[in-house]
Amino acid sequence: MRFVIGLPFLWLGLFFLLPCLLVLAIALGTNAPDSVPPVELGFSFKSFALLFSDDLYLAAWLSSIRIAATSTLVALLLGYPMAYAIARTAPNRRPLLLMLVVLPFWTSFLIRIYAWMGLLADNGLIEQFLRWSGLASNPGTILGTEWAVHLGIVYAYLPFMVLPLYATLEKLDDSLLEAAADLGARPLAAFLTVTLPLSLPGIVAGCLLVFIPAVGEFVIPDLLGGTGTLMIGKVLWDEFFTNGDWPLASAVAVCLLVLLVGPIAIFQRNQARSLEKRS
Amino acid sequence: MTGRARFAFGMLAFGYAFLYLPIALVIVYSFNESRLVTVWSGFSLKWWRALFANEAMLEAAWLSLRIALVSATGAALLGLAAGYALVRAPRFPGRTLFGSLVVAPMVMPEVVMGISMLLLFVGSERLFGGPDRGFLTIAIAHTTFSVAFVAIVVQARLTDFDRALEEAAMDLGATPWVTFRTITLPLIAPAVGSGWLLAFTLSLDDLILTQFVAGAQSQTLPMRVYSSVRLGVDPQINVLATIVVTIAACALVLSGWLTRRKV
Repeated sequence: MRFVIGLPFLWLGLFFLLPCLLVLAIALGTNAPDSVPPVELGFSFKSFALLFSDDLYLAAWLSSIRIAATSTLVALLLGYPMAYAIARTAPNRRPLLLMLVVLPFWTSFLIRIYAWMGLLADNGLIEQFLRWSGLASNPGTILGTEWAVHLGIVYAYLPFMVLPLYATLEKLDDSLLEAAADLGARPLAAFLTVTLPLSLPGIVAGCLLVFIPAVGEFVIPDLLGGTGTLMIGKVLWDEFFTNGDWPLASAVAVCLLVLLVGPIAIFQRNQARSLEKRS
Repeated sequence: MTGRARFAFGMLAFGYAFLYLPIALVIVYSFNESRLVTVWSGFSLKWWRALFANEAMLEAAWLSLRIALVSATGAALLGLAAGYALVRAPRFPGRTLFGSLVVAPMVMPEVVMGISMLLLFVGSERLFGGPDRGFLTIAIAHTTFSVAFVAIVVQARLTDFDRALEEAAMDLGATPWVTFRTITLPLIAPAVGSGWLLAFTLSLDDLILTQFVAGAQSQTLPMRVYSSVRLGVDPQINVLATIVVTIAACALVLSGWLTRRKV
């Protein structure tokens, strides 16, 4: 047993915990473009100060949170009825319907985002459709706008929203709704006072599973967003690969973690509670 | 059907259309004559031939496959141990830390994990002169990232596990190791198997972590795809997408079959 605990513990300590501490150490260092690697160790808060004083970084933080939050909301509004409908079908059909939700997740993330590049491109099918249907007479190119980024996030993370929602909605006892109806509640009232509160754990889990990765997203804003779309994951990438400023990139990483500690803690408490209920 | 149910089923249909139309179009356009994805100019297999003649792409695919095999196997072993420890060892020093270390990589932003692992490898290069960045460092990074996914599946399977089976084996004189090998392992093998598949897929698909820890010489398939896609739409990528979607559908059916097989 000692070996069974020790081996993964050692591995994760060495390759996960230690690197996280290293990021903090590098974030406190200073940029030294002429040395290899371009860092001078030390104890300076210069990189953090830069992050909080430059408007560009502040704007990137705010727009990351805003884009992630609105995309999460849209994914919830689309994913909830989907999960609800799956949970209402005959039990023997559910595995297939669920599999259809999960399948895109098993294909390449990069390729799924790429699929939208052609659709959203200048004079692409979406633009042609908008013009043909009369929804917009002159929609303009969608690729390179924040619209495209929202769309990409909802598309990529929709399965993560549907699955936990389905897990809670599936367990919902129909007799509760019947009781509400017997007591005179109209369908909408029954939904709002019975179904919705009981599916809250699923809503929390689904929203966090979309929001957490979306905040630090890099591929979607890079491929679908234009130069005008600022997201913090892209800032980190550019600081590291383009500008070669390791301490600044590390400081962004540290701040991103601090920002996400709250949501991650809520998520884990939520998961632990539903796991407890199961056993 | 009530109005609410009709609305829900309408949204479900819309959701599936939303999920599958882009993929379907990519597949259709992989057979397009034209280079453009906005016009259909006739059926052609020329992009399929072009992809299979693309040495750099094939080489990258081969590297990605080897990395995925190694890292999925590593993650399956470590994840099995971690999931087992989390269910069967209720108390040991550092258990809380262990528990959060196991799941943290799952919720950690990938850019953060990427930069942190690179810093580790740069540090070890300076202190010990190695390992060289490439196959080994990518495989280590992917293993670390995937352990969580295997551990969670194993954990779920062990929580539903009937311990009386193990107790019976022990009562009949089996040692703990023999009990584990002949009773426990066969029963949780489907979970380990689907965890392995998940780790394999994640490794095959990973771009961000890989981009950080890969050296100048190693180019995995997602890295190649990314650098080609950045320049715009490329029909060869449509062909690749078609292949990936087909394989993923097969893998999913296999994994569904593995996990649904009743004990």
